[in-house]
Amino acid sequence: MSKKKFSKQHEWASVEGDVATIGITKHAAEMLGDVVFVELPEKGKNVKKEGQAGVVESTKAASDIYTPITGEITETNQSIIDDPGAVNKDPEGNAWFFKIKIKNKSELDELMSKDDYDKFAKENPN
Amino acid sequence: METQKTALYEYHKSLGAKFAPFAGYQMPIQYTSGIVEEHKFTRSEAGLFDVSHMGQLSIEGNTGLISALEKIIPIDLRNIKHNQLKYTFLTNENGGIYDDLIVTKVEKGFNIILNAACKDNDYKIIKKALGEKFKLTLHKDLSLVALQGPKASKILENIISGTSSLKFMNGKNFSYNGTEIYITRSGYTGEDGFEISILNNMVEEFAKILIVKGAKPIGLGARDTLRLEAGLCLYGHDINESTTPIEANLKWTISKRRREEGGFSGYNKIKSDMNGELSRLRIGIKPSGKIIAREGTKIFSVDGQEIGSITSGTYGPSVNGPIAMGYVKYNFSKSKTNILLEVRGKKYNAQVYELPFYKKSYVR
Repeated sequence: MSKKKFSKQHEWASVEGDVATIGITKHAAEMLGDVVFVELPEKGKNVKKEGQAGVVESTKAASDIYTPITGEITETNQSIIDDPGAVNKDPEGNAWFFKIKIKNKSELDELMSKDDYDKFAKENPN
Repeated sequence: METQKTALYEYHKSLGAKFAPFAGYQMPIQYTSGIVEEHKFTRSEAGLFDVSHMGQLSIEGNTGLISALEKIIPIDLRNIKHNQLKYTFLTNENGGIYDDLIVTKVEKGFNIILNAACKDNDYKIIKKALGEKFKLTLHKDLSLVALQGPKASKILENIISGTSSLKFMNGKNFSYNGTEIYITRSGYTGEDGFEISILNNMVEEFAKILIVKGAKPIGLGARDTLRLEAGLCLYGHDINESTTPIEANLKWTISKRRREEGGFSGYNKIKSDMNGELSRLRIGIKPSGKIIAREGTKIFSVDGQEIGSITSGTYGPSVNGPIAMGYVKYNFSKSKTNILLEVRGKKYNAQVYELPFYKKSYVR
C-alpha cells in the first residue's frame, strides 16, 4: 500500500491507483474508547470530501465518520461491522472502513503527512 | 463554579484515568483497559468505584424527625430497622422527583446518600422541611467508595472481618485502623457488593489495599453500562422533576402505609397515577439489531405513531448488544410489545423488555 495521508477529521487514506482505502486513525480510536457499533455507507454511494460517510459508536457516544476524499464507495469492510472491537485493535490496518473510487486526485494534496497529522492530533486532541 | 476533585483524584491519575467533568467534579470515566474490560471485570471479579462526589448527609433526631422527614420522603420511616437501607425519593409538589436517595436508619437518626448534581438543592429542601430542630451535616470530610462484583465480599472480609455477613441493603459500623467506618451491602451495578464511607485522609490507603487484594479501579463509564444492564435509573435521565415514581415503574419503593395514607409532597398526583390514570411508564428496550439508540431517541408504535422516547441507551457488554430504557404511552408498555426506534432518520425494530437485562442474585 502507498503512504497514508491524514485528515483533520482524524481519518486516513491510503491510495492505490484510483482507489483510496479510508479508515480512522489510531488517535481517533483511542479518543473514542471501545467501539461497539459501526455503520458504513452503501456500496455505490457517492460521497463528498468532508461529508458524513458512516457512524461509529463507542460505549460513550456516537460519532460521525467523514470521508477525506470525494468519490464513489466501491467496497466496505464487513469485518468491522461483525467485530467493531477490531477498530480499537488495528485502526490503521485491518480495520479499514471503506474504499472509494477517487474522483479528483488533487484532493489528496490537501491531506496531511503522518508527521503533520501527529502534530495536529497533539494540538487538537478532540 | 470551579471543578472539584475527590480525595482520590491524584490516585486515579496515577492509575492512568481519563477524566471528564461530572456534576461539578473531575471524575475518572475510564482507566487504561477501557469501559468494556472494566465492565466485565466487575461482573467476574471485583471493581472499585470512587463515588465520593455523591452527597453524604446525616440528620440527627428521633421521633419528631421521622414525621418531619415523611412529609418529603415516601417511605415508612417508622418501620425501617436499625442499619437498614431503603431506596426512595425526595418528591416535589407535582409528584416529580427532586432526587433519588438511599436512606439508612442509624443510631443518631438517618444517613442519606444524595446525587452529586442534586446534593446542594436537596440540602436546602430537607433543611426547609425540617427547620432548625434537627442537626443536618453534609459531610465534606468523607469519601465514598463502592466495591462491586462476585469477589467483593471475599476481598473486603480479608481486610475488615465481619463484613461478609452483612445482608443486602443493610449496613454497620466497622473498625478500621482504629477508626470507625460505615459499610453497607449495596451498590449500583447489579452485582453483590459494598459501599464504604471513609474519611478523606484514609481513603487512598484503603483503595490501595483493595487493589492489592484483587480489585481493579472502574470508571464512571462502566458504572453507567453496569447500572443500565441492571435496569437501575440514572437521575437526570431516567427520572427527574417531571417523572413520578409510579411512571418510573418504582411503585414498589413506596410502602403500603404511605400509599394509603399519603402525607408527602406530590401525593395527589402519585395517588391518581396509582389509580389507573397513568399515561406513561418507564420500560426496558431491547433493539433487535446492533444499532444503539441513545437518550432522546424517539419511540414509535409499529403503525407509526410516536409513543415516547429513550432516556438511557448504550451497548451492554455482558448482554453483548444494545440496551435502553425509556418512557412509552402506557398502552405500549407491556413486555414483548414490538416498537420502532428512530435513529439517524431511520426506523429500527425493538421490543419492550422486562428489566433487568442482566440478573444476578444478591446476598440476602
